Amino acid sequence: MLDDGDRIFTNLYGFDDWGLEGARRRGDWDQTAWFIRQGRAWICDQIKASGLRGRGGAGFPTGLKWSFMPPDDKRDGRPHYLVVNADESEPGTCKDRDIMRHDPHKLIEGCLIAGFAMGANTAYIYVRGEFYREAERLNAAIDQAYAADLIGRNASDTGWDFDIHVHRGAGAYICGEETALLESLEGKKGQPRLKPPFPANAGLYGCPTTVNNVESIAVTPTILRRGPSWFAGIGRDERNTGTKLFCISGHVNKPCNVEEEMGIPFRELIEKHAGGVRGGWDNLLAVIPGGSSVPCLPSDVCDDLPMDFDTLSSHKSGLGTAAVIVMDKSTDIVNAICRLSKFYMHESCGQCTPCREGTGWMWRVMTRLVRGDAEIDEIDMLEEVSCQVEGHTICALGDAAAWPIQGLLRHFRPELERRILEQKKVA
Amino acid sequence: MSRPPAIAVDQPASFMFSSAYEPAVEKVIAKYPNGRQVSAVLPLLDLAQRQHGGWVPQAAMEHIACRLGMAKIRVMEIATFYTMINLAPVGKYHLQVCGTTPCMLRGADEIFRAIRDEIGIGHGETSDDGQFTCTEVECLGACVNAPMAQVNDDFVEDLSYENFVGFLRTLRNGGDMPVGSMIGRRSSEPEGRAQNLGAVPTPTCFDPAKIYGVDAIGDNTTPEIQSAPTSLAKEGGA
Repeated sequence: MLDDGDRIFTNLYGFDDWGLEGARRRGDWDQTAWFIRQGRAWICDQIKASGLRGRGGAGFPTGLKWSFMPPDDKRDGRPHYLVVNADESEPGTCKDRDIMRHDPHKLIEGCLIAGFAMGANTAYIYVRGEFYREAERLNAAIDQAYAADLIGRNASDTGWDFDIHVHRGAGAYICGEETALLESLEGKKGQPRLKPPFPANAGLYGCPTTVNNVESIAVTPTILRRGPSWFAGIGRDERNTGTKLFCISGHVNKPCNVEEEMGIPFRELIEKHAGGVRGGWDNLLAVIPGGSSVPCLPSDVCDDLPMDFDTLSSHKSGLGTAAVIVMDKSTDIVNAICRLSKFYMHESCGQCTPCREGTGWMWRVMTRLVRGDAEIDEIDMLEEVSCQVEGHTICALGDAAAWPIQGLLRHFRPELERRILEQKKVA
Repeated sequence: MSRPPAIAVDQPASFMFSSAYEPAVEKVIAKYPNGRQVSAVLPLLDLAQRQHGGWVPQAAMEHIACRLGMAKIRVMEIATFYTMINLAPVGKYHLQVCGTTPCMLRGADEIFRAIRDEIGIGHGETSDDGQFTCTEVECLGACVNAPMAQVNDDFVEDLSYENFVGFLRTLRNGGDMPVGSMIGRRSSEPEGRAQNLGAVPTPTCFDPAKIYGVDAIGDNTTPEIQSAPTSLAKEGGA
């Protein structure tokens, strides 16, 4: 279990003051200028050394991503942009919300440091539209930071000018995809762009841009302040380092958000923090370990399952956003996954045919499978179609729609067959 | 109850931002670089919706298109793409209940049942008195406080059939809208006492020499920092 002294988000639950005074008391904005004076490359190197991997789901190394931005001697006159992805919409995930409403200064200070590290003078924070109060709080914190000269002209007395703007979305899951987010920020429909060009070459307004998750940005000041070796020393191995915010929802006794060590065993995570599985550990049916997009895992692999990127992907699932959705034996697992299929159908942007048509088709088959109103070979057909959607679309929403179904078929096929046979008996 | 058409039939003839909203409109437009004002389209649609009592009439889209120098169809296609933009009137209280799996697992159906029993409406319907509209929405990002709903700008969390019926009665009787957790949680902590963060640890002051070695202090005097020219930063690039 993570030591209290190693926590980054010491006001995760909002028991302390969210404002500048409270943030300073918790150690934020302490000698920020010193980091900036070490230069762009130095900051990127420290973040690389910390082993920080992006907290938005894909787990791409953050320091490496920053270093893709054109260095100072290769600038061509175009401004650089930092865009923070606060469009938190992955079902199960609600961690960035707590950062924005309870510890907004960690994010703002992180924006300044990350923005400088990529040569950007402007940051846009794209907050999902439904988070109205969170955007309000974030704006209030940004106003505090401007008033204290921490950002703005000559931010924190560094000589670097830095502006932060909050941009609210209006209800579209797809805008959490980085290029769809950029399209939306440019005032268009949120439909993903083809890559390349990657945002680091041509992103917002055609300028070099890096899009990072809220949590990735918010942890950077603390990593620099306590040193990359401190962060790298937490976690299971050198590829899965640091602390991570877990969102534990579903059939646990006490659902909660909690910051824990990367790689904490699943059982320890939910028994220490979330009061255990409803009805006891043996009542566990399955878990979706990383937000709705990753395949579910059955209870028999969960006993000492380390919750980190590499272990979960070796189980053909993923850490994703670390949104742990727990399902006990009372769950209609087919219906639970079917509801996710409906979600993806609703959220498909409609740009690529396999996704636009496939998500609806898969949902319709799933609704019949819930009742058992299908033929056995339709299960194989569903799997085949899911594979034809996966990897054949511009963005990963097609994959995300296919994976939960593939996870269901991989681990719960006997249940699907049982329902079909039972339905046939009745008929 | 009634199920409104996707786009309202009765449309006002004209729309202008009022003097109360005009400063906010100007402030939003100023966030974006010169020549990139189109970026403000979503925030302006949101402001128009607030001014017009919860929905965006066609005249407002025309006004926004004019104001930002875009084709009206571009504003229209954005307004129809994003689910939070309402193109027809909604009730005074827009009950947007999350129905996605994490909320479903913890009883979102019970919340819909509470609305059905108490107000007599279901998904997509508005009560006859115009007070309530019920919409099933997708994940709102408060999954550890499931089941939950968004009512206008606020989240109500940790719902049950009983407490949501009480909530609806409060609104119907003209009481102040309760917000946040309905079972007394502060936010996303585990119910009762959190197993961690009993006390906020006091951080020690950052000491570069201690973290990065004594030599690191010497670097303190080599600031080679120049912001990109402000004119460039404001231009918005290629």
